Amino acid sequence: MIEVKNLTKRYDGHIAVNDISFKIEKGEIVGFLGPNGAGKSTTMNMLTGYISSTDGSVFIDGFDILESPKEAKSKIGYLPEIPPLYIDMRITEYLNFVYELKNADCGDKKQHIEKIMNITGIMNVKNRLIKNLSKGYKQRVGLAQALIGNPEVLILDEPTVGLDPNQIVEIRNVIKQLGKEHTIILSSHILSEISAVCSRVIIINNGKIIAEDTPENLAKKYGSENKLYVRIDGDENKVNEVMSEISSIESYELSNSGTDILAEVTVKKGIDARKEIAHSLLDADLSLIELREKEVTLEDIFRKLTKRDNSVVKNILETEKAAKEEEKNESDI
Amino acid sequence: MKAIFKREFKNFFITPIGYIFIGFFMLMAAIMFVMNVMEPQIADLSGFFASLSVVLVVLVPILTMRLLAEEKRNKTDQLLFTAPVTMTEIVLGKFFATAAIYGLVLVCTWIFPIIMMIVSEPVVGIMISQYVGFFLLGLVFISIGLYISALTENQIISAIASFGILLVLVLLDSFAANISIPIVANIVSWLSITARFEDFFIGILNPAVIIYYLSITALFVYFTIQTLEKRRFI
Repeated sequence: MIEVKNLTKRYDGHIAVNDISFKIEKGEIVGFLGPNGAGKSTTMNMLTGYISSTDGSVFIDGFDILESPKEAKSKIGYLPEIPPLYIDMRITEYLNFVYELKNADCGDKKQHIEKIMNITGIMNVKNRLIKNLSKGYKQRVGLAQALIGNPEVLILDEPTVGLDPNQIVEIRNVIKQLGKEHTIILSSHILSEISAVCSRVIIINNGKIIAEDTPENLAKKYGSENKLYVRIDGDENKVNEVMSEISSIESYELSNSGTDILAEVTVKKGIDARKEIAHSLLDADLSLIELREKEVTLEDIFRKLTKRDNSVVKNILETEKAAKEEEKNESDI
Repeated sequence: MKAIFKREFKNFFITPIGYIFIGFFMLMAAIMFVMNVMEPQIADLSGFFASLSVVLVVLVPILTMRLLAEEKRNKTDQLLFTAPVTMTEIVLGKFFATAAIYGLVLVCTWIFPIIMMIVSEPVVGIMISQYVGFFLLGLVFISIGLYISALTENQIISAIASFGILLVLVLLDSFAANISIPIVANIVSWLSITARFEDFFIGILNPAVIIYYLSITALFVYFTIQTLEKRRFI
C-alpha cells in the first residue's frame, strides 16, 4: 500500500531524513517512533506530498506522490502535527469545505460527515466556531478532517497530543477501529501508545531507521531477559554475602528502600536462577519478599536505541548483524 | 477550485475584511464622486476613477494580505497542499474569489453613474469602457498582492509591501514625466500601468491594452503558483 524507497530530505547543511526505505501492507497499523527532531514529521510531510524529497520516492497504492500527485493524494487522509484548521469556521462548515476540497464522493455528504463527527466525538460541538474549541477538540476536528472521503491510507502525526488521559484511550480505540479498514501510519514519542495500537514499529533517530519490528519481537531482541528483580527483608551485608556465593549470578546491584533491600540481578545466560536464589536466601534465614523477571517495556528499548551516544545502538546493530549471519550460516548448512 | 473559491469568498464576510473593504471603498468613492463630478458639475467619470485608483492602492492590499500568508502561518496550507488539487487550482480559487469581491464593490458603485444619468446625460459607452478598464486595473493589483502574500507569512509585511509596490506602479507615470533622458523616460512610462488607462478614459476598448492588463495579471498569478511550488522543493 505504501512503499518508500531511499527517501532523503536534505536542508541547507543538515540531513533531516537520511535514506530510509520501508513498505507497509494494506491493513497494517504502523507506529513511527522517535525522539523530537528525529525526522518523523519531515517523513510524513514527504509521504503526503506537502514537501518534496531531495532523493528517493514514495508510492501510495502504486502512484508516485510527486509524479501522479492527484491519484496518490486522493488516497491519503493526513493529520499534521498542528491540525490545519480554519479557526473562523464552524466545525460543520469546515468539514463540508474539506469534503468539497477533496472532491470526495461518499454517497450522502451530510450522512458521511455526521458519521465522522460521531466517530471522533465532536457531534455535540458541531456548530461551534473552531477557535473557541479546546485543544483536545481541535485535535479531534483534525482527525475528522483526515477521515473525510474515507481515504485508504491514514497518516497521523502525533494524534493524541494535547488530549487528556481519557480522551487518549478513546482516540486510541478509534484508531484501532479504523485500522480494520484503513492502512495507518501514526507517529508518536509516547511508547505505550504505539505498543497499544500498532502491529509494527519503526524506530527512527537522526533521520535513520534504527529498528523495525513488532513490539513483541523488539522486546525479545533488545530486552534483557536475564534480569531478575529481587526484594529481600534482612541485613544488607548478609544479603551481599549470600548473593556473591550464588554461582548462577553474573552480577548484581543492591539498593535499600528503607524497609527492604532491592536487588537487580543479572543472571548468566540460559540459566533459570530463580530456584537457586530463593533457596540460598531462605537457607541464610533471609525473607524473600519478591522475586520476578524484570519486564522489558518499549520504553527501555527506545531509550537504549535513541541514547545520545550511539555506542549502544552500534552494539545492538552489530549483535543483530552477527545473529543474522549466524542464522544464515545455519540455514546454509 | 470551487471549494477554495467558495470558502475564500465566504471568508471575506465571516471576518470583517470584506465589510471594511466594501464600506471604506464606497465611502471613498462617494467622496471622490462629490469632489470630481458633482462639485465641478462634469458629466464624466475620468477624474472619479483617477482618484479612485489611488484608493485602490490602499485597499487592495487589505484584501490580499492574508490570502496565502495566513495559510502558511496557521499551517492550513498543509491541508490544501496535501489535498488532491493542484497548486494552480488553489491559487486560481483564491484569485477569483478576491476578484469577485472586487467586482461586487464595483457593482455597488453603479449608484454613481445612475445618479449622473438621472440628473444629466453622460455618454454611457464611455462609462462602460471606464468600468472595464478599472476592473482590469484592479485585477492587476490583486494579482500583485496575491503574489506578495505568497512570499511571507506575516500579513502586515504582506500588506505594507503590496501597498509600497502598488504605489510606485501608480506613480511611475509622473516619474516618467520628470525624467529628462528620453530612453529611460520611455521605458518607465512603458512600465506604467496607469499610463495605458488613457484609452479607457476616452471610451476606447483597445484590445492591446486589455491584453496587456490581463497578461500582467496572469504573469503574477503564475509567479504565485511557482513560488508555492518551489517552496516545496527547498
